[in-house]
Amino acid sequence: MCMFQSVMNYFPEEVLDHVFDFLTSHRDRNAVSLVCKSWYSVERFSREKVFIGNCYAVNPERLIDRFPRLRSLSLKGKPHFADFNLVPHDWGGRVYPWIEAMAKSRINLEELRLKRMVVSDESLELLAKSFPNFKSLVLVSCEGFTTDGLAAIASNCKFLRELDLQENEVDDRKGHWLSCFPESCTSLVSLNFACLKGEVNVAALERLVARCRNLRSLRLNHTVPLEVLQKILVQAPQLNDLGTGSFTHDPNSETYVKLKNAMKNCHSIRSLSGFLDVNGRCLPAVYPICTSLTALNLSYAPGLFSNELAKLIYHCKKIERLWILDTIGDKGLGVVANTCKELQELRVFPSDLYGVGNAAVTEEGLVAISAGCPKLNSILYFCQQMTNAALITVAKNCPNFIRFRLCTLNPVVPDAATNQPLDEGFGAIVQSCKGLTRLSVSGQLTDQVFLYIGMYAEQLEMLSIAFAGDSDKGMLYVLNGCKKLKKLEIRDSPFGNMALLSDMGKYETMRSLWMSSCQVTLGACKTLAEKMPRLNVEIISENEGGAGEGEARLDDRDRVEKMYLYRTLVGPRTDAPDFVWTL
Amino acid sequence: MPADLNLRLGLPGSDQTDVDAAKSNKRASPEKAEDTASNGVPAAKSADDHETAPAPKAQIVGWPPVKSYRKSTAAAVKKAEAESGMYVKVSMDGAPYLRKIDIKLYNGYSHLLTALEDMFKLSIGEYSEREGYKGSEYAPAYEDKDGDLMLVGDVPWEMFMSSCKRLRIMRGADARGLGCAQ
Repeated sequence: MCMFQSVMNYFPEEVLDHVFDFLTSHRDRNAVSLVCKSWYSVERFSREKVFIGNCYAVNPERLIDRFPRLRSLSLKGKPHFADFNLVPHDWGGRVYPWIEAMAKSRINLEELRLKRMVVSDESLELLAKSFPNFKSLVLVSCEGFTTDGLAAIASNCKFLRELDLQENEVDDRKGHWLSCFPESCTSLVSLNFACLKGEVNVAALERLVARCRNLRSLRLNHTVPLEVLQKILVQAPQLNDLGTGSFTHDPNSETYVKLKNAMKNCHSIRSLSGFLDVNGRCLPAVYPICTSLTALNLSYAPGLFSNELAKLIYHCKKIERLWILDTIGDKGLGVVANTCKELQELRVFPSDLYGVGNAAVTEEGLVAISAGCPKLNSILYFCQQMTNAALITVAKNCPNFIRFRLCTLNPVVPDAATNQPLDEGFGAIVQSCKGLTRLSVSGQLTDQVFLYIGMYAEQLEMLSIAFAGDSDKGMLYVLNGCKKLKKLEIRDSPFGNMALLSDMGKYETMRSLWMSSCQVTLGACKTLAEKMPRLNVEIISENEGGAGEGEARLDDRDRVEKMYLYRTLVGPRTDAPDFVWTL
Repeated sequence: MPADLNLRLGLPGSDQTDVDAAKSNKRASPEKAEDTASNGVPAAKSADDHETAPAPKAQIVGWPPVKSYRKSTAAAVKKAEAESGMYVKVSMDGAPYLRKIDIKLYNGYSHLLTALEDMFKLSIGEYSEREGYKGSEYAPAYEDKDGDLMLVGDVPWEMFMSSCKRLRIMRGADARGLGCAQ
């Protein structure tokens, strides 16, 4: 089948196919498919894994049409700010149409990874029954399903390797879904049900673990007591990744001693999480594991004190990823800085969400970490206060940040020492960290910070802005400067029509733009929608009162509360609820 | 800053922001019901507004930006703790039998100490970080999670509530080390 048309087409398709097998990243494959028609054609028939960052940018039919050999699909649904209750409940992002279409076309689906999507039990049942080779289901921040749906997966997916449920809101029907794994199921490699609220049949769990000899990753929910954990670890000392359930017991008991011994025998655990209910006095049992840990997530462990956390972390010299609560305090972060020299990613979450106490970290902790951990490249830091001086120091110490997300608990707090805006501090970060791809800013900020971002953040792909800026200029600096920008989300900032409409073509180079409680008006949104047919411009109403009501109420000069726009190949979506108006 | 800009950063208690906020508080999810429906963040945007700077936490919708899953998990833990009550034994040196109190019922140290003074018919005095309970014959102490005997009042109330396993009202010579009059 050689085509002697040009140098580009010199290679037979079989050879191209083989070469493309080595391309695993989506970006590489996307790039390759743009080279010429024949490469596009070879690529599309050989692609097995597809990632769709916005489920409304395309539709199932186009997906299946282009990639008939599809085996693994990743989909993302709701906009990021949906995580923080800014998107009404029934906005969309249902996975059912995708599963239905793939089932009808007999796609040989093996893997499905969903984030921020609505997954019904019906979809899970259809999934379980339609794809005989289905192996891996990963649901992150999804909702809409119950344990009945999980039971369908457990019962029907004969070759299931992975069932990974991360931070989903699941309705627990107490239907013993775990018992639905048949005795013949021995293929599980990864099982994570930490986010489930209800009890599971522990006997079934123990038997399941015992017969799945390839099990590497197991994360339990808070109803699984320490006694059961101990028995499980005896059965599965080969685990790489463990999420404990409840971790409280009398440290003087025989069970606790048995647990300590079982843990000593687990030489392969590299990742530890859970402690969903914990007594600090039981923590020493994990010290033997700590020495080889590369990832530790204590962010769901309630009530541990700074000194207990510090004592634990003291043993974790190889940690690369640490997620923790701010109860650790600046002092505790000092211990991290002195101990965790391999640290790459740190996330410090707020423990006190209702403003009652005063457990928090400040700029001191962040500076200590930046000084002590030379490999740090990703941070999410919720803090009481921040200063420009600290951020400037951090920027100097850590030029390798890829992700930098700072959240001051008071969204408009100025520099704690000088009362100035935090513009200079963030400016230093973007100037120093040339590889920065994700940034969240907070604190008191003027247009100046956006000038810096537009000037220096050349690799920036995602930017989150809240309560910042003075005028349209701020947003313009970003839109004009950040050439690689893919996702921009803005809330409660004074950016308006001029900024929105200045470079309409820009939005086709981006995945999406979210603006809420800003200054954009309905008229401007309509203009944008009219000029750019390949964008969906959605106006999301406050009240689920129906589009008619929304339309009647709003005048072109009125500000729009929530606007979400995204590029799409398939026009306005057909499943939009009443309160979403696609212009 | 232009006067017509409405960023919903009004002072707490101002009617306008409450009305706006009430309208904007759409479909309440369980954890949101706990957030007050007020976007009453002081307008601390100009540098000289120092006095108004500290804003009430968690009164703005979606701030701090924490996943609702994480918030609801934390709320569930708090709720479970709240429902269980926190009964601890209280012993007093020299008294024939112990008492039990639910420390959840008290909203702070002075409240607790007043209750203890009342229960045991004694006077405990004022707490100071340097001198403990100076001027009193009694010192309130507690046993913490690690089994150590600690002076009541050193740590924030919330921390005390979760670490206190047992209370002990110490007296006279024993109380000396805890900063009391001899």
